[in-house]
Amino acid sequence: MMKKKVQWFWTWVLGSVVLRLILLFFPKNLNLSSRPEVSTPLTSLRRLAEGYWLKQSSLSPYAGSMYHGSPLLLTLLGPLTVRRIEGQPDHLLCSLVFVIADVVSAMLICAAGEKLKVAYISSLQSLGLHNLTENSEFLPSGDFAALVYLWNPFTIVACVGLSTSAIENLMVVLSLYGACSRLAPLAAFGWVMATHLSLYPAILIIPVILLLGYGPDAPPRKLFCQRKNLEGGNSIPSDSCSEEEAKNQLKVANVFSWRPVVLFLFWALLWSSYVLVLCGIYVQQYGGLQELFKRTYGFILTIQDLSPNIGVLWYFFAEVFDFFRNFFLIVFHGNILLMIAPLALRLNHRPCFLAFVYIVISSMLKSYPSVGDSALYLGLLGLFAYELKDMQFSFFLFSGYIGVSLLSPVMHNLWIWRGTGNANFYFATAIAYVCLQIILVVESVSAMLNHDRKLTKLYTAKLQNIKS
Amino acid sequence: MALPRNPTFPLSLLLLLVFLLSATSAQQQQEEEFTEELLMKPLPDRKVLAHFHFQSEAPLAADESSFARHHHLFPKSISQLVQKYHIKAMELSFTQGRWNYERWGGFDSISSHNAKPPGVELWAVFDVPLHQVDASWKNLTHSLSGLFCASINFLESSTSYSDPEWAFQSALGSLRYGTLPREAVCTENLTPWLKLLPCRDKAGLSSLMDRPSIYKSFYHSQQLHLTMSTDPSDGSRSGIILEQTLTVVLQPNDQKAGMSHLSKTKIQPSWSLSSIFGRKISGRCVLAKLSNVYLHAERSLVNQLENLQKNTVKFAANDTGLEDFRRNAGFELSVTPERVHAELEKSSSILYEYPIKEYTDTEQFDLGLTWVHPIVWSSPHAPLYASRFLMGSGNERGAIAISLKSTEMTQGLVAAYNVEERCKLQVNVLQIVPWYVKVYYHTLQLLVDERPQALTDFVEIMRVSPSEDKVSPGVMELVLQFPCEMKSAVLSIEFDKGFLHIDEYPPDANQGFDIPSAIISFPDFHAGLQFSDKSQSKSPLLSKLQERSPVLSYTEVLLVPLTTPDFSMPYNVITITCTVFALYFGSLLNVLRRRVGEEERLLKNKDANKTVFFRRELAKLSAKLRGRPLELTLPCPSSSSSSSSFVSPKLILRVLLVAGIAVVWQYYSQ
Repeated sequence: MMKKKVQWFWTWVLGSVVLRLILLFFPKNLNLSSRPEVSTPLTSLRRLAEGYWLKQSSLSPYAGSMYHGSPLLLTLLGPLTVRRIEGQPDHLLCSLVFVIADVVSAMLICAAGEKLKVAYISSLQSLGLHNLTENSEFLPSGDFAALVYLWNPFTIVACVGLSTSAIENLMVVLSLYGACSRLAPLAAFGWVMATHLSLYPAILIIPVILLLGYGPDAPPRKLFCQRKNLEGGNSIPSDSCSEEEAKNQLKVANVFSWRPVVLFLFWALLWSSYVLVLCGIYVQQYGGLQELFKRTYGFILTIQDLSPNIGVLWYFFAEVFDFFRNFFLIVFHGNILLMIAPLALRLNHRPCFLAFVYIVISSMLKSYPSVGDSALYLGLLGLFAYELKDMQFSFFLFSGYIGVSLLSPVMHNLWIWRGTGNANFYFATAIAYVCLQIILVVESVSAMLNHDRKLTKLYTAKLQNIKS
Repeated sequence: MALPRNPTFPLSLLLLLVFLLSATSAQQQQEEEFTEELLMKPLPDRKVLAHFHFQSEAPLAADESSFARHHHLFPKSISQLVQKYHIKAMELSFTQGRWNYERWGGFDSISSHNAKPPGVELWAVFDVPLHQVDASWKNLTHSLSGLFCASINFLESSTSYSDPEWAFQSALGSLRYGTLPREAVCTENLTPWLKLLPCRDKAGLSSLMDRPSIYKSFYHSQQLHLTMSTDPSDGSRSGIILEQTLTVVLQPNDQKAGMSHLSKTKIQPSWSLSSIFGRKISGRCVLAKLSNVYLHAERSLVNQLENLQKNTVKFAANDTGLEDFRRNAGFELSVTPERVHAELEKSSSILYEYPIKEYTDTEQFDLGLTWVHPIVWSSPHAPLYASRFLMGSGNERGAIAISLKSTEMTQGLVAAYNVEERCKLQVNVLQIVPWYVKVYYHTLQLLVDERPQALTDFVEIMRVSPSEDKVSPGVMELVLQFPCEMKSAVLSIEFDKGFLHIDEYPPDANQGFDIPSAIISFPDFHAGLQFSDKSQSKSPLLSKLQERSPVLSYTEVLLVPLTTPDFSMPYNVITITCTVFALYFGSLLNVLRRRVGEEERLLKNKDANKTVFFRRELAKLSAKLRGRPLELTLPCPSSSSSSSSFVSPKLILRVLLVAGIAVVWQYYSQ
């Protein structure tokens, strides 16, 4: 196994931490925490501080329509919001928590990438496609993805802007890492917490189960079947040790192992009941769990807050006629659910990539998107750098992301602060942003399927060579 | 003459009965009272305050027949309102303009009772179980809206009213308070208000209400105040008291054109009832029990007058007493007052009383005041002068600041208390914000003498009920204790501006939204005059002036501009967004179902025989219909089998079956 790190990997990691710390000491000048791109009603730390204050003055933290997050986050971050250190910027402790969360997620992405790469190379070898793995352009994708995650301006802005999405991202990554390394309790914990914090990661249960059942990403399962048939038909003499390994690999790849999945479901049940009990204790005298669900998940699903963010739904629901409101709420959330089954059917041999696609779709269609969500999927995109190297429009997408992230604050400033532009200007950038994400998800899925086709073609060519 | 069988006996019995009935009704009629009074007061800044006070009283019938009751003087609509909604107390005010607390005073009964925030203010206390209060309030707003031709019904929605705890009489839970700062007040509101008076504006003091002169005033506030009078014996409620007041601040036209320019600028403008209202009082309202006009000279004005007197007429020093005030050196009155009330303390305010009794149509009453000497005085101020302003720019966030500045009154307090104990000044603040101003209560800051201070040192009690989106406004009540020597205090709180649905914006959305006035009250200070005379207790206005009520002041109404979406765009936004999502759905599904190998094969087939393409498509459809896998039929280009399968009797049978089911269904559904 080649154990090649990106050069100066740890230096780059340290550099990103130092950059964050430097930016933390100019929070007044940057004023990132009030940017609509960073602080949505769900991720704003200011709202969390208000919720904590209400709790301290013996009111329900959900009284008023300020705080809509989890009570567990309130217990974790609430005390940190009120603690001030003399001479230091406010919320310094909170930002340190976010920096740590970012670094930990990057490390987990790195580790998961390592696992993915090892598994992928071994499965390629089992198919006999050695020449692909020995290619020099086969990147250490884990390190690459971790650095992309850490140095992505979106991640940095979300971290310095005191958005709680850093913790949500950590939970999602934790669940993926746990599934990649077949640690069912960890995967269950990550999945339950991520769902509890922001609801949309609930759909990640499918990729996580596939990951636990089939193992990490591999070439299409059909190829292994063909190889099996071939072996059954005529046994080809070849070097024995790698063949044994490959046989094991085949078994693993084709058999859905139920044990970790059942274990995962059991742990998920355990963790979720634990989380619910904790929340229930916390909100006991404020209306109980029903009130909690209404204020958190209800708020997410009904899109009550119409303040601008980088998505398009706020403007849509500010403009749409009231009697169509429920219809469109169902349509937009149904749009997320509708795509789950087709994607799961087509990409079931690549559960990690499936998780990435789900994350992109949910962060595109979610009710209060922020740049923190984009930061997560752009980081995960780095994991598939090798498979997606033939992706179309990648330069267009890159420049589009840069263009939108420059134009959007300008339009927001024109509309909100100067009053010279109107809401349509800002909405136009939001539409452009959604279009970019659509192109990204469509092209990446297409590139991945093409990559699979290429593998199939190579393999059939190889088989024909063997036969003839 | 004694007749054994007097035929008139039953008749006389009947008569007696009728007499008795009429006597009881007459007794009830006696209980219903109406008084009309007018208070005139010169203000320091060359303006005149006219304060009309009408009071009607009616006994409250305890029995169930009260709905059918007939009133003689009391307006029936109001009594029905009270009966139906079980109102314990209520106050409705229509105000235009802002009471100038700095110039017109903030420490007397009129400024704490009749200085109201612009627009409509309504509060009511109900005598119903707590869960019915909201329903009663909603009904009440609708009734009042109909009664006064105003949009009080906007107070019906729960976003516009609240239930403060301490700002008014402590009626926990059953009090509701709401304001409409934007409401324009005009004659259409005054006319129904006048209709409640027994003489309307046809006779008596209300005939002075000339609409043009009232509505060109600097400030006018018409009020309706309902209270229950309590029985002194057992404290139970015995009747309804309806007070109707109209407070107007007018600028009199200067009549003395011949005077020299210098003295004209210094001297206060002289005025008379006819010059400021354009009308004279031709007689009292005959239904009124009491009909008085008062002229009030404030304490500091009296002080100045005395100084003037001392300076000019030195020998008159020993000639003190009430008679003296009738002929003072500062101004001349056109009519000699019937009675003069002076306060108990020396050098205190004076009230001249003019009963309207003897005037007839030929000889009309016209009170005039002519200034002789230029006098400068100032009205008494509240302990702290409160004002409120917005901070920040842009349409995303901002901050509300309430600034309290000490006046000469608190400086006097410091001197009075000097060493013995630390003098404390209690201030109650009630701040109501609409839900679209999303206040962060944890950002509440207090600056005392321009230095940030810990809240806990000054805030005694704090009650916050945060606003809920589209449900309720945010209410913040604070009880603050300041040291008396404090010069200034600023309370500031940050907020985010909300974004509304296009239907929630008013027609003039770009004008901005109003934050209702904050109420600042000083419970330790009581405004009230103390008159020595006992006889004035009959006059409701005088008893009102003497009532020891806490000093209250309202701050400015704030105008918050909110960002607006494009109101003309709903269709564009809906179509564009839906198109984008359709694009996502379609292209992703296309990518997922595309199979490259099949496409190539298809292309080959197409080249081979284009003519069978259409038929093959049909075959594909039929194959789908039959649920047979497509791959089986697709590779074979021979169309004969598939076309024969398309018109197979089996398929026809199936179609016929479906048609039959449809026909049966149609038949049975009818």
